[in-house]
Amino acid sequence: MLRLLEGSMAVAETVGRCRPDVIAAYPISPQTHIVEALSRAVRAGELGDCELLNVESEFAAMSACIGAAAVGARPYTATASQGLLYMSEALFNAAGLGLPIVMTVANRAIGAPINIWNDHSDALSQRDSGWIQLFAESNQEAADLHVQAYRLAETLSLPVMVCMDGFVLTHAHEPVELPDPDAVDAFLPRVAPAQVLDPDAPQTIGAMVGPEAFTEVRYLMHHKQMAALDAIPHIAGEFAAAFGRDSGGLVRGHRLEGAETVVVAMGSVIGAIEEVVDELRDGGVPVGALALRCFRPTPTAELREALAPARRVVVVEKAMSPGTGGIVGADVRRALDGCDTRVHDVIAGLGGRPITKASLRTLLARAREDRLGSLSFLDLDRDLVAAELARAGTPTAPGGHAAQALAAAGLWEEDA
Amino acid sequence: MVTSAELLAAAAFADGSHPQAFPSFGSERSGAPVVAYCRIDDEPIRSHEPIAEPDIVVVQDPTLLHQVAVFDGLRPGGTVLVNTGKTAAELGIAELPGLPRVVTVPASQIAREHIGRPMPGPALLGAFAAVTGAIALPALEAALRERFPGDLGDANAAAARAAHDREVARAAPA
Amino acid sequence: MTDPTRIRYAQVGTRAVGNRLLDPAERALQSDPRRANAITSGHRACRGCGEALAARSVVDAAMAAAGGRVVAANATGCLEVFSTPYPESSWQLPWIHSVFANAPSVAAGMAAGLRARGRDDIRVLGQGGDGGTVDIGFACLSGMFERNDDVLFVCYDNGGYMNTGVQRSGATPPGAATTTTPAVPGRPGADLGQGKSAPLIAMAHEIPYVATATIADLHDLEAKVRRAMAIRGARYLHVLSTCPLGWGSDSALSIELARLAVETGLFPVFEARDGEVVGVTPIRRRRPVEDYLRPQRRFAHLFEPEPQRDVLDALQRRADRTIARFGLDRHA
Repeated sequence: MLRLLEGSMAVAETVGRCRPDVIAAYPISPQTHIVEALSRAVRAGELGDCELLNVESEFAAMSACIGAAAVGARPYTATASQGLLYMSEALFNAAGLGLPIVMTVANRAIGAPINIWNDHSDALSQRDSGWIQLFAESNQEAADLHVQAYRLAETLSLPVMVCMDGFVLTHAHEPVELPDPDAVDAFLPRVAPAQVLDPDAPQTIGAMVGPEAFTEVRYLMHHKQMAALDAIPHIAGEFAAAFGRDSGGLVRGHRLEGAETVVVAMGSVIGAIEEVVDELRDGGVPVGALALRCFRPTPTAELREALAPARRVVVVEKAMSPGTGGIVGADVRRALDGCDTRVHDVIAGLGGRPITKASLRTLLARAREDRLGSLSFLDLDRDLVAAELARAGTPTAPGGHAAQALAAAGLWEEDA
Repeated sequence: MVTSAELLAAAAFADGSHPQAFPSFGSERSGAPVVAYCRIDDEPIRSHEPIAEPDIVVVQDPTLLHQVAVFDGLRPGGTVLVNTGKTAAELGIAELPGLPRVVTVPASQIAREHIGRPMPGPALLGAFAAVTGAIALPALEAALRERFPGDLGDANAAAARAAHDREVARAAPA
Repeated sequence: MTDPTRIRYAQVGTRAVGNRLLDPAERALQSDPRRANAITSGHRACRGCGEALAARSVVDAAMAAAGGRVVAANATGCLEVFSTPYPESSWQLPWIHSVFANAPSVAAGMAAGLRARGRDDIRVLGQGGDGGTVDIGFACLSGMFERNDDVLFVCYDNGGYMNTGVQRSGATPPGAATTTTPAVPGRPGADLGQGKSAPLIAMAHEIPYVATATIADLHDLEAKVRRAMAIRGARYLHVLSTCPLGWGSDSALSIELARLAVETGLFPVFEARDGEVVGVTPIRRRRPVEDYLRPQRRFAHLFEPEPQRDVLDALQRRADRTIARFGLDRHA
């Protein structure tokens, strides 16, 4: 049954249906409504024996989840931005120890400068942590992904991050069908953990590993992430069979047949991109879109299969690596290694700047005219930048060593 | 204002439409100008971008009219509803670019009469229903009763109905 | 008739852990071969390591109190490193090491998880050195206290980051030389006036049980663990643990140095409940601070090339204050 729900509420209720044992709650915009809703639910006795820990930091939140998972309990927490960074050490630890934990990340920009609005820099900054990273396009998918995430985490013994755009999705009210509680119970049976702290069978978890074995341990972790490339579509398929919805998976194409230009993106912006694609297709323009639903592990084979036939790929991404450029674009280029397909990184939507359909239309037009460089910034206010550069005493026009080097490498772009 | 957009979405949802409502965001702080958006469609809505070209703008606080660019992007022939006891001419918005239809609604006053508090949201939405037809009054009343408990729900629904009927009466041929 | 000159008299000190002269009922658990032996031999601790001795006593006492149903979270540090050299582990109980700062939070999560799963018969122990507890782990410790999580947290205090090479921590005693507070003219080691008292801070949280202990009195240490294990909620035990390497002391003197720390008044031994001191161990035979300081090379600069009287006097005054504050002078 469809209900009109705020995204945060949809996630909170769905997480509740996953029967967590321990919820570690620390507030940060824009995730606050999720932990508030779960706190209310626990206090009202709606979540059975679930223990709610009001922790003193995000680092403590993830650490508590580590402890809970280690004793065979099902943990949950949520965070964003600075909070995700603050738990970074614990993130790597959880993945390295192979503990099944599910966490919502309400994607938000990372400071400085402080910014509470949506982009993907928080999740992407932790892309090497060993966590599986899934991106939801809508509140429906955000809710569904949490159910799949628990199944995935407990099957593989790896932590899973469900990413949903902060404010844009968390605070949007839209119709959502919450997964039926009995069906969730059937989908998420209690599994015996791969490792557990049990007095009847004592184990040591977290020993030091020296040079003689560290490489092998890390290789096995990489191998496990690669195994997720099979597990994720498998679980998405089982979810579809049990709940009747296509959510999750690795990638999702939209009108790729005969697409000369394909736009790749993650998260909610895909909705606007698809609407623009549909408009252009109505006019006979051969464009398509590809939603990257799983960022880590990278679905290299799926990306290649979907994008190799295209002439060009425009990666619209809500984060960047300063001094280099696009992050998602780098993975896409790697997937298309050896193909003729040109890849264009477009950094957009940083710090919550809306990615409008008008801008997307202009962007696609430039792309189709081959006027897009390798790296560009969508809707960059060049006057503001020039004024600041002038104020700071540097030349306003490219001319310095750095700019020349970027231009020579095809990385400096006038306009997107 | 956030609640009004949600209520509009709730009414549209009750009507069988596909809605989407969301606020523009800042840190939680009362008294500051707030914008909220609502889309209503027959089909599921995919885009989540802020509405740059609204068909309808609802102004709950008329003191913002000449302080904030309230009508930016309003589609030609669009509709403006303003919570005020004054006329459009008195507010200085009788002839806006694109000549939208301007409807003044004494929503705060209607609210005071029915709810006892100057909370103009439900009355504005009642007028909205009458003026735009985007939602039906029964769906709006149902949404108000569901969102607000007991007597408050009834009072809000009454305010909405009063504002709605007032608009219907004004539009009726003389 | 036996020649009386050939009778040898033996006396057992009241702190003896156990030998055949001691009534079995008076022997400490460590002397009992049926103890859990939760940290079995073969670990890589230094000879004379106070922390290894303390941890053995604590964990075995906890295991005895809980019928063997104890799980432990351990911070990064000497104890963790010397007990788990890949691919071996000394630990005979379920044990997890996460990262440096989060042992109290991991323990809190363990306790919550066990309760949620209906297994709060399994008790949770958190362990760490002074660095992990008083410095980098402080926020997590305080959070655990404030929530009154059902965790017994034990800090093995050897006054520095010993595992990484004897750097100063927030628990390094004033005047002590460490590699980051080296003794130079005008700066006699760790600055006077710095250093926090984790036990007093724990008491400020008004948690059900706070106690200090040392490796010089294992009976007392074990008894305090037993009392702590009979309580539910946040409990904190702070154990002075000699580090021969970091302190520059003879490994055979580890226990004696801990006793001197107590008898000089530099380390008060007490118990507190709900934020109030409820018991102290009086000093049996008062000693001047110099008796404690001299055998440790980390304090050598206070005596050579010539005595730094001002610092020594300051340390003596500090000891005097502690004795007065806690009422440790049995003859007072």
